[in-house]
Amino acid sequence: MSAFKNSGHLFRFALLFVIAFLAFLVLRNFVVPKSFGKLGHYRADAIGDMAAKPLHYAGHEACEACHSDVADMKKAGSHAHVNCEACHGPLANHAADPSITPVLPDTAVLCVRCHAASAAKPKNFPQVSAEDHSNGLPCQTCHKPHSPAITAGGAK
Amino acid sequence: MNLNRRHFLIMLPAAAIAWEHVLAGTPENSPNYNTADHWWGMLIDIPKCIGCGNCVRACAAENDVPDGHFRTWVERYHVTDYDMVNPQVISPDGGKEGFPVAEEDAGKYFFVPKLCNHCADSPCTQVCPVGATFVSPDGVVLIDQTYCLGCAYCVQACPYGCRYIHPEKKVVDKCTLCYHRITKGLTTACCENCPTGARQLADLKNPNDPIHEFLKTHHVQVLKPQMATGAKVFYNELDGSVR
Repeated sequence: MSAFKNSGHLFRFALLFVIAFLAFLVLRNFVVPKSFGKLGHYRADAIGDMAAKPLHYAGHEACEACHSDVADMKKAGSHAHVNCEACHGPLANHAADPSITPVLPDTAVLCVRCHAASAAKPKNFPQVSAEDHSNGLPCQTCHKPHSPAITAGGAK
Repeated sequence: MNLNRRHFLIMLPAAAIAWEHVLAGTPENSPNYNTADHWWGMLIDIPKCIGCGNCVRACAAENDVPDGHFRTWVERYHVTDYDMVNPQVISPDGGKEGFPVAEEDAGKYFFVPKLCNHCADSPCTQVCPVGATFVSPDGVVLIDQTYCLGCAYCVQACPYGCRYIHPEKKVVDKCTLCYHRITKGLTTACCENCPTGARQLADLKNPNDPIHEFLKTHHVQVLKPQMATGAKVFYNELDGSVR
């Protein structure tokens, strides 16, 4: 044992290292989230957190479950592929609780958002210069928003 | 699917449990949604975009995006005949309230909606020092905002400028491809509200998704392909002047 004579300070130092390492392991156990590293270098539970965010737009399927009459009317017209909330705004609260009445959109603002004439828009998209086209009359005087074509029997 | 009453009643409790998991936001536990079965992307059909800004407004409403910051935005390009490499690009307030009326001239105009490209080999996730941003097993680049330090390395790393530091939370924020919607079987807020169908959510792992036929039969490009980011937002008829 002569080789280890006067080597107590080394063992004390090694012990210090072992204690520090154990403390690191204990601390790490508390600090690192449980699901970290399960799927990759991230907290796997974050995926679930992200998916749990609340909805604002209910989606047109939810609308059509009750408003099938409007859905049928829309299907026949050129707005068939425009979803309900594109014009009516986010209405998940109305879908969850029908007693919440949504505000009816103002066609004077709404229609020109898409249909105001501009050279920047694709040529095949129907565009009008609102002043020349309707002389300031609201769009729904002639066009029904859910099926905008004007037919012989009057607005549909 | 043919369902008689007996089978319907047998399935009812299972469906109820599944729905509970969906609402609880634990899609990995939900029999309805399996992350391994999806690989999400988006198709943007440039000739269909009219620059109405519906997607920008819908995104802001769905995800509480603070004013002046954007998870998606629309750019309007004006390319003149003799200067292809210097297009004039405008995006007033991200296109949120639409664009000023353009007069007919010699140049051409088109709109380019932009959002996170949900890259398969994403530069932003590689630089995160703490593992706060990652590619989920279904191919969506997400941010763990409880873990983010707000160091903004990823903001600099994104070649598409899709990330920003949230002014109140002081952590990074960006498009999640409406992860809370797509895991419930809905489409994203921007796709739901696009009046012309210029934006379409695409599931590349779904063999019945029309994206496969579309990619086969159209001239489709991703942004900055030279960066080899594995971008999954596909642009139909993308002009060469777009960068």
